[in-house]
Amino acid sequence: MRLSCSVNGTPREVDDVWEGESLLYVLRERMGLPGSKNACEQGECGSCTVYLDDVPVCACLVAAGQAQGREVGTVEGLAPAGELHPVQEAFLEAGAVQCGFCTPGLLVATDDLVARTRAEGRKPADAEIREALAGNLCRCTGYEKILDAVRLAADRMAGDAR
Amino acid sequence: MDFLQPATWAEALEAKAAAREAVPIAGGTDVMVAVNFGRLRPTTLIDLTRVPELQEWGLDDGAVRLGAGVPYARVITELGGRLPGLAMAARTIGSPQIRNRGTVGGNLATASPAGDAHPALLAAGAEVEVASVRGTRRIPVSEFYRGVKRSALADDELIAAVRIRPPAGPQQYSKIGTRNAMVIAVAAFGLALHPDRRAVGTGIGSAAPTPRRAPEAEEFLAGELDGLWESRGELPAATAGRFGELVAAAAAPIDDVRGTAAYRVHALSVMARRTLTWAWADYRKGDPTCA
Repeated sequence: MRLSCSVNGTPREVDDVWEGESLLYVLRERMGLPGSKNACEQGECGSCTVYLDDVPVCACLVAAGQAQGREVGTVEGLAPAGELHPVQEAFLEAGAVQCGFCTPGLLVATDDLVARTRAEGRKPADAEIREALAGNLCRCTGYEKILDAVRLAADRMAGDAR
Repeated sequence: MDFLQPATWAEALEAKAAAREAVPIAGGTDVMVAVNFGRLRPTTLIDLTRVPELQEWGLDDGAVRLGAGVPYARVITELGGRLPGLAMAARTIGSPQIRNRGTVGGNLATASPAGDAHPALLAAGAEVEVASVRGTRRIPVSEFYRGVKRSALADDELIAAVRIRPPAGPQQYSKIGTRNAMVIAVAAFGLALHPDRRAVGTGIGSAAPTPRRAPEAEEFLAGELDGLWESRGELPAATAGRFGELVAAAAAPIDDVRGTAAYRVHALSVMARRTLTWAWADYRKGDPTCA
């Protein structure tokens, strides 16, 4: 089947999509966007987290056809080409990236959290950060540096808002 | 494989009637896992995410009518006060990503004994509204579960909604797992006190071939609370303990990778005792919802 949707603000169209295929497969294998990672394929690890109409979801659990006509946002769309989003900068500076496989999903989940709390004129509490990232597994870092990175991103973006 | 995207509820029912083996998909949190791992190769997928009626909830004849496609995230943010037990269960489900997609309708359709919504639905005495081109019927949720991953749904039917009366008293929910997120229940328990009917509702999860009530525990506790409903007096410690024993006795668990049958029985007795203690403390404070 043919799938038409918007990815990172650009209309995309792909043909010969198998009806049982996941949005993750379409992004990685048919659209050349390998940022979203394929690890568990069962929604357990969060490494394929993308926005679907501004809502963070596991792309592996979205049937490709369900994205028809929708807006998809991937880690590649967080910042313009060649630039880094403040959340990405914070992850680098805080040492929150080791093997990097979980990082794209964590970046999207963090972007969502920081954008939501920033819109409410506040920074996320630690418990809120843990809850927001509960669906993103990292087997390298032990999470402490990731929590540092989220706090750093939230601090900086709150500063921007003032 | 066909991929159908009905735009209306009538179209969805016609599609299901025409292809009874078709698999409906909403949040995909169960269906896509099975497809991804090659365990499910349906001839037809019916995408229900474009049917507007399924994405809504409203009040109907005094009950909340929760559309089958409303994701858990909205149950939490929009219905915490009206459906406290279900919202508590929803908060324990998966992760934010899963709660953004997974639905109560999907939980019911999968009918796993470990589905997190079931104990809360059983305790609250919910009804499942199912429909086909033949018409609509309501099934008490306690009669909906028919076996491991089997339900009372006919092969031409789809789940339209769940109907739940607003709470007349406190509701509680407890779930045992290996961490606080992304975990399938080892055992779960839902409790609802119904002071308006002088009754008690229970729901057991992950500890029998289907989610189930604990009728003897409900009757015992309702008897013990006779008189206490009005006085809002202290609950004797022995009552909570005995309630826990009777809840545990209603279970029929198995040993599996998540836990042993003996552990599940013990965990249920503890969860039942604790949830009753919490709920009764809320009731004594006069807090009707304790959400």
